[in-house]
Amino acid sequence: MQGPDARPGRLIKAPENFIDSSGVRTVFQQAKAGRRDFMRRAFATATAGAAAVAAAPLAQAQSNPVPTEGGDPNILNLPAHTTGLGQPVATDGYGKPSQYEANVQRRPSPGLTQTAQSSVSFAPLQSLFGIVTPSGLHFERHHQGWWDVDPSKHRLMLNASDASLMKTPKVFTMDEIMRLPCVSRFHFIECGANTGMEWGNVAVPTVQYSHGMLSCSEFTGVPLKLLLDQCGVDYKRARFVLGEGADGSSMTRTIPMELVESGEVLVAYGQNGEMLRPENGYPLRLVVPGVQGVSWVKYLRRIEVGDQPWAAKDEAVHYIDLMPDGTHRQYSSTQECKSVVTTPSGGQVLLDKGFYNISGLAWSGRGKVSKVDVSVDGGRNWRPARLQGPVMSKSLTRFYLDWVWDGKPAIVQSRATDETGYVQPSYRQLRAARGTRSIYHNNAIQSWLVQETGEVTNVQLS
Amino acid sequence: MSSCRKSGWVAAALWLAAGAASAQATQAALTGLGRVATPKEIAAWDIDVRPDFKGLPKGSGTVAQGQDIWETQCASCHGIFGESNEVFTPLVGGTTADDVKTGRVARLLDPTFPGRTTMMKVATVSTLWDYIHRAMPWNQPKSLKPDEVYAVTAYLLNMADVLPESFVLSDQTMAQAQARMPNRNGMNTAHALWPGKGLTSAKAPDVKAVACMSNCAVEPRVASLLPDFARNNHGNLAEQNRMVGAQHGVDTTRAPGAAPAKAAPATTPTASAKPAAGGTQAGALALLSKHSCVACHAMDSKLVGPSFKDVAAKHGTRADALAYLAGKIKSGGSGVWGQVPMPAQALGDEDAGLIARWLADGARR
Repeated sequence: MQGPDARPGRLIKAPENFIDSSGVRTVFQQAKAGRRDFMRRAFATATAGAAAVAAAPLAQAQSNPVPTEGGDPNILNLPAHTTGLGQPVATDGYGKPSQYEANVQRRPSPGLTQTAQSSVSFAPLQSLFGIVTPSGLHFERHHQGWWDVDPSKHRLMLNASDASLMKTPKVFTMDEIMRLPCVSRFHFIECGANTGMEWGNVAVPTVQYSHGMLSCSEFTGVPLKLLLDQCGVDYKRARFVLGEGADGSSMTRTIPMELVESGEVLVAYGQNGEMLRPENGYPLRLVVPGVQGVSWVKYLRRIEVGDQPWAAKDEAVHYIDLMPDGTHRQYSSTQECKSVVTTPSGGQVLLDKGFYNISGLAWSGRGKVSKVDVSVDGGRNWRPARLQGPVMSKSLTRFYLDWVWDGKPAIVQSRATDETGYVQPSYRQLRAARGTRSIYHNNAIQSWLVQETGEVTNVQLS
Repeated sequence: MSSCRKSGWVAAALWLAAGAASAQATQAALTGLGRVATPKEIAAWDIDVRPDFKGLPKGSGTVAQGQDIWETQCASCHGIFGESNEVFTPLVGGTTADDVKTGRVARLLDPTFPGRTTMMKVATVSTLWDYIHRAMPWNQPKSLKPDEVYAVTAYLLNMADVLPESFVLSDQTMAQAQARMPNRNGMNTAHALWPGKGLTSAKAPDVKAVACMSNCAVEPRVASLLPDFARNNHGNLAEQNRMVGAQHGVDTTRAPGAAPAKAAPATTPTASAKPAAGGTQAGALALLSKHSCVACHAMDSKLVGPSFKDVAAKHGTRADALAYLAGKIKSGGSGVWGQVPMPAQALGDEDAGLIARWLADGARR
């Protein structure tokens, strides 16, 4: 199928001129011949042209005027999709987003990494609704490239670092794992380095790059506790658990047995109603709610229990947080309470003065979000936002606040509080405790400056 | 999936809630799933090495042996001295003889010191051994034998002036190496970010903010923002936002405040891919992965070797492009794109030919 006219820089004068008289003749001829391409393209171009006008700063901001002829051609001239026959069922066995959504993509940040296999792509938070991240837009973090692993050959092994800690080390096939009692739960996953580029100063333009190592899915899987119970673990002595991946990096991370015992840690195969995507660990990954993404080991091949942590590469060289005293915090895992306004956000432009539905995401690795406050004056005054329910533990929570923009500069911020009473800090508070070189676990309040032109930019205050 | 329930805390509740007799039956049935892992299987997969050296296999390697392995298998990414910043962050540098004595890397206190090398950060020598063994080299992980891992680790530590040239690293001498690690005393666990007990010492989060609601103390000044020259660094943001909605993307190809010149649908993949070249393209892309070409070459940017686009631009138009490129793919060489040599590649004529044709066609994604 041909995409919309993708050539940039074509500004249609006004929507009412979108088909001239010769164009009208062509349309009729083509309609007779059963061809709708011209019409569809013209329509797409006109829509794009209208968007360009609408996206202009305030001077041109009236985006929905009544044309002089007394009616909008988009209403008066019935389009092809209203007057023709549409496409058949199962045109795509697995449906795709509209061609007009081509801008909504996960993207790498230029210059962030030097290889494409040990790298990251960011989810387009500025374009998402609700709390679920479409699986194809889920952020990616690979340590040695991704694979599409044959599930019939994938195995999960459970063993112990010392034979005395487990009665029966076991091996499971995917068929067997999927026969076990399972649960489905919504959880966020956030990379420990999310917002890491912003510790010292503003470094990236949009919420995609500042906060996009964040996603939220409904995961389906078996509680790890259930599997360990089958193996006869000595829970008194085995207080640490290692997850290991089957990919080249064979990623390993230590997680606490307390979290496994809570029943929250899952050996998951399902994501948003289907199997995990290969980029997210197909066919099996660890789900460690509230804990940074690196611990959610993908392509999970092995679980080991032990009586001390492992100091794996990603908990002894990377994912350690440098403090002002020159020491590194090791085994930092919990993602503390955090929030960000996603619309309006950096790199966007407001279409006009007047009403806006400020919207954003809040989350906490320690439980439920209890409250989100939003400020439009740089933090002097705050109003409580509406939380979209259900509010779930260690899941994203969508919030909204009505706002009437008066066209003057405004600084939009959000501040989340979780059920433990922890309040999301400002940059000043966070830097006072941790300096600016930590890289990881930046949960500071984000500021977006709305300028008089309507353009929104990423700023930090002091 | 009929056994799957939504919500509820522990799946264990499924049988705990049921009657005792049926719970026992369920438990017995569950025990029947999965089977005992054999010692041979466990040995094949359980390769982790802990800081107390549990899991460390017997073996040994010298600094000199390590140097040989390094120069053939490690240096192309990490540099001859482990100092390279080309592909990965540097491994070696930033540590001193004094750090080896104190176990604290002094330069970590200096905010102006650029970057942090692996040797400045890592506290445990077991971490280096474990990671080199499980994940290196980059495109052939797990190919090094234990003796080779000892040797490479010894050479790495020798380059960092932690071990002398005469040192033989083995399961018996790892503890001596550990006692000389420059940042061995540099880790702290005084934080509240471990969701368990016993490992970390802090009782409460390190930052305690208060949710003031009105007339709050503010930070009145915009202290940091992206400079105008960086406006388009991440690409045109108009093309990174939905075409409809309350907010649209800013056209960052134009100065702030300027009227946008274009609506911004990104080029759709269907529009850019030439169907005629589709077969070659998909096949070649798969081969680039299969033969690990992508370990050293990227699509659009220089990595260890030149980008595919650059190769296509430079050689794609020559009359003998297909033969030349296929030959180069198989034999490797150096001097055309710099001094880092490309080793000869063991792939068949057919695969080399397909990749060559794809390059000659412009190296399209």
